[in-house]
Amino acid sequence: MSNYLIKGGALADGSKRDLYIADGLIVEKGSAITHPAIASAIVIDASNSLVLPGFVDLHTHLREPGREDTETVLSGSRSGAAGGFTALSAMANTSPVADTAGVVEQVFRLGQEAGLCDVFPIGAVTQGLLGKSLSEIGAMAQSAARVRVFSDDGNCVADPMVMRRALEYIKQFDGVIAQHAQDPDLTQGAQMNEGIVSSRLGLRGWPAVAEEAIIARDVLLADHVQSRIHICHLTTAGGVEIVRWAKARGIQVTAEVTPHHLLLTDDEAISYNPVYKVNPPLRTQADVMALREGLADGTIDIVSTDHAPHPTESKECEWQEAAFGMIGLETAFSIVQATMIDSGLMTWTDLVNRMSIAPAKIGKYEKQGLDLMVGSPANLTIVNPSLSWRVDRDLVKSRSRNTPFHGLELPGVVIATMFNGNVTHG
Amino acid sequence: MKHLLSIADLTPTSAMSILDTAQEMSRVSASSVKKLPTLRGRTIVNLFLEDSTRTRISFEAAAKRLSADVINFSAKGSSVSKGESLKDTAQTLQAMGADAVIIRHSASGAAQWLADSEWMSGSVINAGDGTHEHPTQALLDAFTIRKHLGGGTGDLRGLQVAIVGDILHSRVARSNVQLLTLLGAQVILVAPPTLLPVGVESWPVQISYDLDAVLPIVDAVMMLRVQLERMNDFFFPNPREYSHFFGLNRDRLRTLKSGAIIMHPGPMNRGLEITADCADSARSVIVEQVTNGVSVRMAVLYLLLAGLQEEEPSVNS
Amino acid sequence: MSVALPAADITRALMRISHEILERNSGSQSLVLLGIPTRGVHLAQRIASNIATIESATVPLGTLDITLHRDDLRMQPPRALMPTNIPSVGIDGRDVVLIDDVLFSGRTIRAALDALGEIGRPKSVQLAVLVDRGHRQLPIRPDFVGKNLPTSLTQSIKVHLMEMDGCDEVLLESQGGAS
Repeated sequence: MSNYLIKGGALADGSKRDLYIADGLIVEKGSAITHPAIASAIVIDASNSLVLPGFVDLHTHLREPGREDTETVLSGSRSGAAGGFTALSAMANTSPVADTAGVVEQVFRLGQEAGLCDVFPIGAVTQGLLGKSLSEIGAMAQSAARVRVFSDDGNCVADPMVMRRALEYIKQFDGVIAQHAQDPDLTQGAQMNEGIVSSRLGLRGWPAVAEEAIIARDVLLADHVQSRIHICHLTTAGGVEIVRWAKARGIQVTAEVTPHHLLLTDDEAISYNPVYKVNPPLRTQADVMALREGLADGTIDIVSTDHAPHPTESKECEWQEAAFGMIGLETAFSIVQATMIDSGLMTWTDLVNRMSIAPAKIGKYEKQGLDLMVGSPANLTIVNPSLSWRVDRDLVKSRSRNTPFHGLELPGVVIATMFNGNVTHG
Repeated sequence: MKHLLSIADLTPTSAMSILDTAQEMSRVSASSVKKLPTLRGRTIVNLFLEDSTRTRISFEAAAKRLSADVINFSAKGSSVSKGESLKDTAQTLQAMGADAVIIRHSASGAAQWLADSEWMSGSVINAGDGTHEHPTQALLDAFTIRKHLGGGTGDLRGLQVAIVGDILHSRVARSNVQLLTLLGAQVILVAPPTLLPVGVESWPVQISYDLDAVLPIVDAVMMLRVQLERMNDFFFPNPREYSHFFGLNRDRLRTLKSGAIIMHPGPMNRGLEITADCADSARSVIVEQVTNGVSVRMAVLYLLLAGLQEEEPSVNS
Repeated sequence: MSVALPAADITRALMRISHEILERNSGSQSLVLLGIPTRGVHLAQRIASNIATIESATVPLGTLDITLHRDDLRMQPPRALMPTNIPSVGIDGRDVVLIDDVLFSGRTIRAALDALGEIGRPKSVQLAVLVDRGHRQLPIRPDFVGKNLPTSLTQSIKVHLMEMDGCDEVLLESQGGAS
């Protein structure tokens, strides 16, 4: 295992510190490294860059097992490393569904074999994501994968009784239910945000209330049974308000927002280009501003990518035939910098919190999301905020090309990523 | 103008140019020899991925009167992945040298998607896409209205037109609202709130839930087809209640102001949104709409296909 | 640029053509005048009013747009259609006089003959033009000519009429510079 000297970079708080990395750990930190083995270290030039704890994604679709043509644990890990991530959370909607210890252990093992970042499987709440009966939550928690986050993402746990029981059941190992908040009856056949744009485009509307009603119900349920609820991909101003209210009441609720919902609006649908078709849908500019505000003031705890790879043919078609979802691992940091840092809404310390520390806490990922202290695992990313780059879907590390940011010039380049002391990108 | 995808792409001048051209085309349709050499050697494909016999034969008649070669391509794409088939179909049509594709599709935006793709280079004409738009229907409706009202000048300013029924699912309504407004008319939408889209408040229209209050003040009333299946999605309780509040019947016919006309894009649900005696009354121009449809579609084909295609041309020379 | 026909000559030529039409057709009983848009329409109106003065008779007058029959549509951007108005008497069995401003390649008249064929079957079709500039590409000749104006292919003819242009004149322009 190589040892490294990361030289000339600044930490999130702006202080200049060099880092000496050996045996996967941060061994020394300071303005002048004195370690005796320093001469043998590979030097990584971090001048003009920031050295930050590695990003942690709590919401990733890695598609393996089942749709290895669109992504694998390995290709997704490469994509994550390129985006500055050192931990991913593999969503349960694979084929077969990750609703047994066997499947989550398989995904966990694939992640270890890839060795580019931690891959923490998320377990399904219900068998087959069907919302009817609980999956083997305990077995998954006890498995080698040590699952703590459970989600039927892609589907909503719509039945309130099933949701209540799931919230209660996970308390025994301090788990969390990550809810995909979407009332299925209010969104039958829905294609895009219901509003002015949908009325003109003639695409079936997806009302904000379909998301907000579930959020409201579930924070009340979490309060009632004193359990932890995490709201996946918040998209509406009303949802932000409900979460803010719930937090003020002391309810154990956390929430995430995706980079694309921080930047794009339902106006994109005017092109009828299905690359903008996503679940939950792009909302209005007012929603985007409320999400940014919520992320800045901490109502929204974290940024998650909802990286959702799809094959070309699922997007090269009519809007209503197309699949929902966008890839996002490699663009997440740049979008957050553009929308939150460059706009002055957040500091770099806030960004580290939203993209590394807080998601690791929610998922109980103990060796992730740690401050860059001597003795900590060397999970970090080096970013240069003053460089910019142009997104090219043909150059992504992901196996899929469905990025809505193709051709866009974005600020912030991930110079290098290090996972347990190994360089995984750069 | 290369494509006709949406009324939103038209200006008042280009819309008038289509209607004026249609006026001349209607003379051809009325003459004994209904054939012009104008589009000789041009290949036009009727790509109807959703059933619509009326619209297809109207376009076919229009193309044939201009001597174009017409290929009918009808397929119900429900079993195959429609995405693959639309791309493959478009590339096939391109390879066959189609100068224009007239597309009817159940998916909103399909025509625009086809035009924006690089799968084919010819003109794309939207013959109805999902619940989005049906621009030639709106053009033929405007053509019909101006023949009867507004002194034939094409100026629809000051006219009031009611569009009644299932606005939410109607591509005809979406196109008509834009075109009639563009030409200066005032549109009043009449429907139960369940059949109006959320966001309709941003449209340049008046909204009413009261057909009886609207009928005496409008110059034209356009009844939309209401599908019975809507009842199962709770849009209205039952057909009887729908007809009672929003159907055009003999009693309501009497309240129309003199000179007002009754329109319907067809096919009609006689007895539901319109009674037979209204559809067949002297006020009704429903059959004439069909005739005008051919003239309007001839005009569109002429303007899109007869001349040299520039990079960014307009309808006006 | 030079004036090939001043206003007075135009008036005189149209009067002469009016007389010639009447003479050839032994009066106005069977006549139908059809002007080809745009300037042919105004010339036809003037000839009709000349005939009304000469004969004290109203001759059926109409317009015939030939755009849809042109063979050069694809070489230019789409053209707006001009109105076609056939007099209520129709053209069947009539002596139809087509009236246009300039006769050049003959293609317009070929298109006009095609257009007429769709409307009916005249007893005869005759052609009156204000200017014949030569360079025919089809076997077509005028029956009544205001002025034969030999031109080169680099020159162009501009007809101005009071109704549209504010004055009556026929101009000869040389594109190459030397006039």
